[in-house]
Amino acid sequence: MPTLNLLQDVPNQSNIARVELPNGIIVLVYENFDTQSVVLSGTLLAGAIYEDVEKNGLASLTASALMRGTLRRDFDTLHHLLEESGADIGISAGTNKLGFHGKALAEDLPLLLEVLSDVLRYPAFPINHVERLRGEIMTWLKYQQQDTRRQVGKAFREQLYAPDHPYYYSTRGTLDTLPTITIEDLRQFHAMFYRPQGMIITVVGAVTAQDAIQTVERYFGDWQNPDYAVFKTTPTATTPTEIKRVFVPVSGKTQTEILLGVIGPSRSAPDYYAANMANSILGQFGMMGRIGEVVREQSGMAYYASSRLEGGYGPGAWTVSAGVNPTNVEKAIPLILGEIQRLITEVVTDEELDDNKRYYTGRLPLQLETNEGITGVILSMESYGLGLDYLLRYREIVFNLTQADVLAAAQRYWQPNCYTLAIAGPEIK
Amino acid sequence: MLCPAFYDSVCKITNFYEGNEVHKVSKHILKNGLTVLLKEVHSAPIISWWMLYRVGSRNEPTGLTGASHWVEHMLFKGTEKYPPRLLDRLIDRQGGTWNAQTFFDYTAYYATMPADQIDLPLEIEVDRMINAKFLPEDVESERTVIISERQGSENSPLFWLGEEINAAAFRVHGYHHEIIGDLHDLQTMTRDDLYQHYRNHYMPNNAIAVAVGAFDTETMLSRITELYEGVPAGTPPKPFMRPEPPQSGERRVKVERPGTTAFYEMAYHAPAGNDPDWFKLAVLDSVLTGPSGLGGGSIDNKSSRIYQALVKTELAASVSGSLIPTVDPYLYTISASVRQGRSIDDLENALEMEIDRIRQERISEAELYKAKKQARALFAYSTESVTSQAFWLAFCENFADYRWFEEYVQRLEAVTADEVLEVAQRYLRPQNRVIGTFIPLAMDTPTAIVEENHAYA
Repeated sequence: MPTLNLLQDVPNQSNIARVELPNGIIVLVYENFDTQSVVLSGTLLAGAIYEDVEKNGLASLTASALMRGTLRRDFDTLHHLLEESGADIGISAGTNKLGFHGKALAEDLPLLLEVLSDVLRYPAFPINHVERLRGEIMTWLKYQQQDTRRQVGKAFREQLYAPDHPYYYSTRGTLDTLPTITIEDLRQFHAMFYRPQGMIITVVGAVTAQDAIQTVERYFGDWQNPDYAVFKTTPTATTPTEIKRVFVPVSGKTQTEILLGVIGPSRSAPDYYAANMANSILGQFGMMGRIGEVVREQSGMAYYASSRLEGGYGPGAWTVSAGVNPTNVEKAIPLILGEIQRLITEVVTDEELDDNKRYYTGRLPLQLETNEGITGVILSMESYGLGLDYLLRYREIVFNLTQADVLAAAQRYWQPNCYTLAIAGPEIK
Repeated sequence: MLCPAFYDSVCKITNFYEGNEVHKVSKHILKNGLTVLLKEVHSAPIISWWMLYRVGSRNEPTGLTGASHWVEHMLFKGTEKYPPRLLDRLIDRQGGTWNAQTFFDYTAYYATMPADQIDLPLEIEVDRMINAKFLPEDVESERTVIISERQGSENSPLFWLGEEINAAAFRVHGYHHEIIGDLHDLQTMTRDDLYQHYRNHYMPNNAIAVAVGAFDTETMLSRITELYEGVPAGTPPKPFMRPEPPQSGERRVKVERPGTTAFYEMAYHAPAGNDPDWFKLAVLDSVLTGPSGLGGGSIDNKSSRIYQALVKTELAASVSGSLIPTVDPYLYTISASVRQGRSIDDLENALEMEIDRIRQERISEAELYKAKKQARALFAYSTESVTSQAFWLAFCENFADYRWFEEYVQRLEAVTADEVLEVAQRYLRPQNRVIGTFIPLAMDTPTAIVEENHAYA
């Protein structure tokens, strides 16, 4: 069977075309003629971090409203254009950035970029469509009230972060803030924060780099926004110094969700890789790591029990989650805490470390199989400043990690009896 | 060595769009009856390996509902050769991903691996086809895991609604119960029940093996033959067939539970996947609710008729359609979440108007063209991943023939507007449907309660 020649096959500085347009847009293209499609993905500096707290949901509503009509095309025209070609564009605002993603048959890349340019640059925010959209989001927010996973996530977030931190809030807003956002708010937010500076566009698929770059230039090259707003960075956050426990009763449910965690490293933190390795051993590798072993395999208490390290642009959370029968909540939590305690007091075994190093490097070909997978990796390289040679260095980064690195990272973020614990489910009478 | 293949060994044709080589599927039947489908794809150095057994929840009698899914879990509990922790460890250590899925019509196991590591899942799969242990303590441990899985699903209103709709639509046929099984059966099924289910259905002559990826067909077939042909054929399971009698009038079910949002579903009895009418209904679904994906991602449906009729008019917050190719006739379902403050009756009336319209008037040529272009795009997206291609080949071979997937676009291209009208009139009749509603009962707005003094020793 063939083997993977990493140095030759992975996207890197020699096969990714990267240009910066005069207006500041960074374009990255990777040719992949093994497929018939093309994928584009990118970001703008227009996330929820730029909205005021009392207008929570503004960045998200603005992003969602882009596809509701432009100065040139109404709602139906936009969607007919895309859907009759089997193409799709999705735009949403996260906390730090606005993200967009599009997919089409390769022949329709110009269509994809033309529509993307139209909606990002010339949205009309038609009032009837914005009100319709607002109602859809309000219905969704109302639905979240009975969703135990959403409720446990909300309670956890609001305990882990202070109200002056952007991660305290949901980007979608609340049933209280969403009705207060006006059309004028959307227009102002768009005018201030939608700009070519800081924008990244990646294109991957059956298109030449030259054609892709020229097409991006055609639709975005003349974009200027003189009302240039300042860049914001995500503030730091303080990890819990005590146990904070919160319970959200949700009636009519048969399973309880547990979410326990602390502040973790950002994607660009020096110890991110070590923490990520610790997280994999804690609750990812094999059948959900050590957590899966004790909570699911040995105790049979949960269908899922795993850990997650958010990473990202700011101080995201490092969490353990499990869904258990309400009567098992108090049995599952000590098992989880026992594994965290073990992680911060004992070095991981040679075998565990070796297994996980192979896991991280061995799965690269799978991650790079599709246009979507490649796009995601290239966007991360650019967004987090990893360098286009990142995948060439990746094996060295992973294999240089030591047991001491992993222990130090775990100890840095987890301390005994210092965590936030949220539980959502039916009340036990 | 090998039984005659249905088709000649690998044949290569020139891809019309880029000049790259595209390999056809080759089909082989081993002496023990194992069906093997192989397709070379050399775009990435990976291989996806699937083993599909022709047993799913449709084969389960009352009292044993959920057995197929539970057996699937037990196959991850190890054999003498591969103890449970070792299985997961070996796959992950080699950079692979693996999992399994149980459906109405099948149970399937897969691993997608770096190409030079594919021997590992080939060996694991043949071993657990006959050597899974089913230790009593593992069965008991997994019982609570599966009940927990069911309870996780029960936290969603749509699970309760779907369970009631299937029960109403299929009074006789095995599609009447949820794949995960009824809670009572999950509490009472024994280790021997499960082991018998395994022994009855897991045998080479009741299985379909598929490999798609970066391999040489001759080498791969030789290795599969070496590993699998020694497994003896079993006595084929007696088909568990209880055809659903025709429905003679509309049925309605209502689920009332604490919640915040109402949901509405209109489910019509639909043809099986190998019925020519299935493709005509697929075009109809594309026009009504937007195209369905084939595993490579979906696209938006805002230009579809029912989005325009329900969401654009602010009766619903979202709509979707579902038409799944199945062994036996299943359902074509249109679903909507009711917008806050709007009534289910108004939503139903608007939906009825769209159903009447498509039963009375031919769809336009523009709509027909759009449905076909969408199918071409979604098919292209689905073939980018070897995992997705291997799944579809195994899935289709089970209910029809692998060529169902290969000819998918071509068969949709052949559908005419007249045929869409015909199937609309044949299937979208009120007498042929079940209407289900989820009515949210008032619940307290969740409020977080900070709890004190909860340090754990």
